[in-house]
Amino acid sequence: MIWEFELVLFVFLVFAAIVALEARNLLVSVVMLSVFSFSAALLFASMGAVDVGFTEAVVGAGVTGILFVIAIHKTSAKTND
Amino acid sequence: MKRSFESPITLLGARALAPFIMMFGLYVIFHGHYSPGGGFQGGALLAASVLLMRVASGSKTSSLILSNAVTTPMGVVGVLIYFGTGLLAMFLGGSNFLDYEGLPIPGMSPFYLRYTGILIIEVGVGLAVMAALVLIYDKMADGEVSQ
Repeated sequence: MIWEFELVLFVFLVFAAIVALEARNLLVSVVMLSVFSFSAALLFASMGAVDVGFTEAVVGAGVTGILFVIAIHKTSAKTND
Repeated sequence: MKRSFESPITLLGARALAPFIMMFGLYVIFHGHYSPGGGFQGGALLAASVLLMRVASGSKTSSLILSNAVTTPMGVVGVLIYFGTGLLAMFLGGSNFLDYEGLPIPGMSPFYLRYTGILIIEVGVGLAVMAALVLIYDKMADGEVSQ
């Protein structure tokens, strides 16, 4: 694996995690968690764990994103803190 | 949400994307025994395609694809396929649970018998995972809020 590409992926990972923690709008947090999961999936695949990366991409970026959106839809979209 | 309205662009995008996701899910399930993936990942992909249509088009249109009442029996059928194959191999083969060489399929060498057993198991697992994920979504979105 090219180490520059992995570095870019790690920077993406940290950036997405910080934005997901700090955002006021919870929908932004959900989208950033999906970005986090997708970067993690690419990293897993680049390290040779294709099965783990596949599961992370499908479940982390796909299904949990939808479930979080439904949970936000049921409650309020803004954080209180 | 402030207000909810139907967007034709979202609907068209979801309609274009969902069949390909479903096709890829079937590919992943049926090639699971010699390539990455398998029952769980393929079932999650199938569920993702159904959930995409549910999110994009609301429950009326999307229940034409997979009805709300069908998901629970589907999950039960998946679990029954899994345990049925395992117990059949155990009792007729006289060996352990899920020992595929004991499956009563005539005219098959043990090598291909093992492949076939894994394939049947993965179809059951895929059905159960897909039904369970769609069921969770249905229960969460029950009585859609739109104020």
